[in-house]
Amino acid sequence: MVMFWVSLLAISILLYVLLDGVDLGVGLLFGLARGEARRGAMLSAVAPIWDGNETWLVITAVILWGAFPVVYASLLSAFYLPLIVMLLGLILRGVAFEFRYKTQRLRWVWDLSFAGGSLIATFIQGMTVGALVEGLQFTNGQYSGGEVGWLTPFAVLCGIGLCLGYALLGACWLAKKCEAEVREMAHRQIPVLAVGVLAFLVLVFAYALAEHLPILHRWIDRPYLFVFPAIGAVAASVLGLSILRHNDHWPFYMVALIFVSAFGTLALSFWPYMIPFVITIDEAASPRSSLAFMFWGCGVVVFPLMLIYTVISYTVFRGKVGPTAGYGHH
Amino acid sequence: MTALLLSRIQFAFTITFHIIFPSFTIGLAAWLTVLEALGLATGRPVYRVIFEFWLKIFGVAFGLGVVSGIVMAFQFGTNWSVLSKMSGPIQGPLLMFETFWAFMLEASFFGVLIFGRSRVPPWFYLFSTAMVALGTSISAFWIMVNNSWMQVPSGYVMENGAFVPNDWTKIIFNSVVWSRFPHMLLAAYLTGAFCVAATGAWYMLRKVYHAEARIMLRMGLGLAAVLMPIQLVFGHLVGGYVNTYQPSKMAAIEGRWNDEKPGSEVLFAWPDVENRRNVFAITLPPPFGSLIDSDSFTAAETGLNSIPKENWPPVVIPFFAFRIMVGCGLLMLGLAWLGSYLSYKHRLAYNRPLLWLTFFSFPLPFIAIITGWFTAEVGRQPWVVFGVLRTADAMTPFLTTQQATISLVIFCSVYAFIFLFGTFYIYRLIRTGPRKPLEMPHLAVPNRPMSLADDEPITEPHHFVAGE
Repeated sequence: MVMFWVSLLAISILLYVLLDGVDLGVGLLFGLARGEARRGAMLSAVAPIWDGNETWLVITAVILWGAFPVVYASLLSAFYLPLIVMLLGLILRGVAFEFRYKTQRLRWVWDLSFAGGSLIATFIQGMTVGALVEGLQFTNGQYSGGEVGWLTPFAVLCGIGLCLGYALLGACWLAKKCEAEVREMAHRQIPVLAVGVLAFLVLVFAYALAEHLPILHRWIDRPYLFVFPAIGAVAASVLGLSILRHNDHWPFYMVALIFVSAFGTLALSFWPYMIPFVITIDEAASPRSSLAFMFWGCGVVVFPLMLIYTVISYTVFRGKVGPTAGYGHH
Repeated sequence: MTALLLSRIQFAFTITFHIIFPSFTIGLAAWLTVLEALGLATGRPVYRVIFEFWLKIFGVAFGLGVVSGIVMAFQFGTNWSVLSKMSGPIQGPLLMFETFWAFMLEASFFGVLIFGRSRVPPWFYLFSTAMVALGTSISAFWIMVNNSWMQVPSGYVMENGAFVPNDWTKIIFNSVVWSRFPHMLLAAYLTGAFCVAATGAWYMLRKVYHAEARIMLRMGLGLAAVLMPIQLVFGHLVGGYVNTYQPSKMAAIEGRWNDEKPGSEVLFAWPDVENRRNVFAITLPPPFGSLIDSDSFTAAETGLNSIPKENWPPVVIPFFAFRIMVGCGLLMLGLAWLGSYLSYKHRLAYNRPLLWLTFFSFPLPFIAIITGWFTAEVGRQPWVVFGVLRTADAMTPFLTTQQATISLVIFCSVYAFIFLFGTFYIYRLIRTGPRKPLEMPHLAVPNRPMSLADDEPITEPHHFVAGE
């Protein structure tokens, strides 16, 4: 039962990162794009799906709360201010989808809130993961790192890294979904961002070596973990090839694969801890009566159903979007 | 200001802000489904016109509800980590049911609703509308189960300092949930009904969109006329559970200081908490209190004096909030019945005072919902899980006043910012009013041209930006 919920948690986090990563990344690139035609097309590429994407964040939160309440309570309270700022970032970018088409004069306000909100949310997501990898200070099972215990150079580095990563994911999505100008713009951005992401990964690895992060020992103990970086490397080479060929679709799938391999690497090097070296999965798990109730009521039937809804909505909105399709037209 | 008080204010502020939007969209989603079905069944274009109009408003309100709702999924953990650790095995699964059963359903089909008209067949579009409506109601159900458990905890044992569920049927199927859930759902439907009717009244007064306005007025007031009495019955049932399980809340609502057998009924007063008495009281003699609270001529009613003071809720807030809620309810009942009667007699369109009243009635359901929740939540204090866990013991122990201040300030400023613009945009959409449905050529796929079931589309050469 515990294994089932760990797997669902992992799938949900991964789906969140891949799906919302796309529209957050588009939000980041949106800030760099000029001209209403481009911006409109960029928004149209994510407008019908962003709400569903973001729902995976809520799903992650409730799986944590229901199945691993101790982790939910400890992490959310430890990351108090960053989480709240992240939520406000998500709010600002979320309302922008609707609001920017309701005004002409103040459209810049919502454009700013879309790009700025995406930037804030992405940076904080990367930063919290970085802080978690580096290790939070806990005393007797309770967070004791203080108000800004999560703010370290490594965490900031990870925040920047995730911005590059999501932007890359977003650019690949734009290449896949858009035509003309936006597509060409994306094709110009993909190689730059890809190099940036690779440089970030090298830097993280070097930092981990230099600082002797405890997480590194798990790599020496478990050499089979290298299968994930290997997958990532293969994906990176195919990505390079597809960039050279100006393919619209392959870059997206390859970048997604790189994300999967990075996620797998991280998840397995945490194992069996949920908060590294403080709380294990088994210690964090809810009582059996809760896990079983959720298994029958949510896990076995409804979770696959949610995947089906997601597939339906992506199927309905498949294919390239026109240059002017967007929220303003309903 | 302590971190505890700031956290309580923050939760109250964010959830009050949030509930405005779901209570509007739950009713609106159901109404959209009815309109779409009517449009398909009768083929009358006017239903489609009204549908497209309210869909725009629904889009804005739904967006605000979604983004302010995400905050709620996190706030239990950030500010109330002791509560979320202890009650996680029960509240976590309940919120998971909400998320799994409702959110993904809503989110996916909402996308179809807003963008997909030209991409899916008409029956699937109607189906999507119904699924969004279903999703909003399911969401309300699980929230009510969750909150009802905090009001009247059941089906659990304490193990290692945590609430461990041992009987889910008790948690989900109990009279508390099944009186409170309909009460909330009806409140949401009434909110939708009054907003629709008020909009219709506004157009009538301005002498625009006559056909649409008539339908909005008649459907809105008619629905309210039917639902309002049912709502009063469920409200009475909710009072029954409070009287049984939460005597401290009941005593505060009633402004009752001493035990009485049978009880009297304070209609209006100013509760003087310091001296434990009411001033300026207008009171109905016994046995009206027992009759209202316990459906009995002789029942004993508990007063605050027989409850230790450390277990009292803040008396004044539930006392007045409850009266405001009931007052709004009675006003809505009168308006709905009078308006429906005149509408049936075809005289409503000429009765400008009543049209004005209907127009100004749109805040009533919102005020009723918010004050109703204030009664329920402030009345539950000083407990977060009634009778078991105190709010003061539920907070994140290491949360500092500084952190709580910063978060409250940024919540207030961001919410004020988006709320001002959101309500302004909704106002402007409503002021602009319905227009003929538009074909959306840019969305139409070449090999699957638009198929409009009920209406000849009016194609506009340029795309239409709402409100501009």
